[in-house]
Amino acid sequence: MIEIPSTILDAIEGYLISQYPLEGCGLVGASNLDDISLLRVISWYPCKNTAQSGKLYELDPLDYLKADREAESKNQQIVGVVHSHTHSDPYPSLTDVSSAPDPNWHYIITSFRFHSPSTRSYKFLAGKIKEEKIVIT
Amino acid sequence: MEVEVRLPTVLRPHANGAALVKVDAANIGEALSELSSKYPGMSGQLLTQSGELHKFVNVYLNDDDVRYLEKLDTKLNDGDVISILPAVAGGSD
Repeated sequence: MIEIPSTILDAIEGYLISQYPLEGCGLVGASNLDDISLLRVISWYPCKNTAQSGKLYELDPLDYLKADREAESKNQQIVGVVHSHTHSDPYPSLTDVSSAPDPNWHYIITSFRFHSPSTRSYKFLAGKIKEEKIVIT
Repeated sequence: MEVEVRLPTVLRPHANGAALVKVDAANIGEALSELSSKYPGMSGQLLTQSGELHKFVNVYLNDDDVRYLEKLDTKLNDGDVISILPAVAGGSD
């Protein structure tokens, strides 16, 4: 289960909408990682999509570096990546799974296929996709 | 030169959980080779068999991507910080 404050979810979806029709992306951070059954997202770092594409994203490594440093300065850790699907369901593509950089990360996808954004979260475990419940606080 | 290397979460298990390790090296290539020697689990994750930087790994020297410097030949100075970051990508296709 992943817990996301409504203010952060609004900021995530607002940023991803601002990037439309390109895919948008960013990173999320957390501090207490002891409970593996519940992740509480407490920070959001919008990042540039250097692919500048509506079908692909490549997260700007310099934005990642800055986010990682900022998270560390607050005793947090980057724990996942968010990106948008501009025209398809909020479900991981083969590219998402094959390009996943860290099996411990959470992979959050916001879809703009329908008129209101739909956000889901997943873990990729040994190549298998497992959806996790998002609780908005 | 003694420099610090910041490791991404995905590589930390290979370094006994450490987020930051120190290595003694003259350039980026030596620093990555020393990392692989100290932590064999990282071997093959940073450099290709032909000794090039893997395309899915980004290496920064302080604030600069070493691909835009002198790649693995980029010289190090005492106190430099090397950051290793996995490439983060995906998409709807």
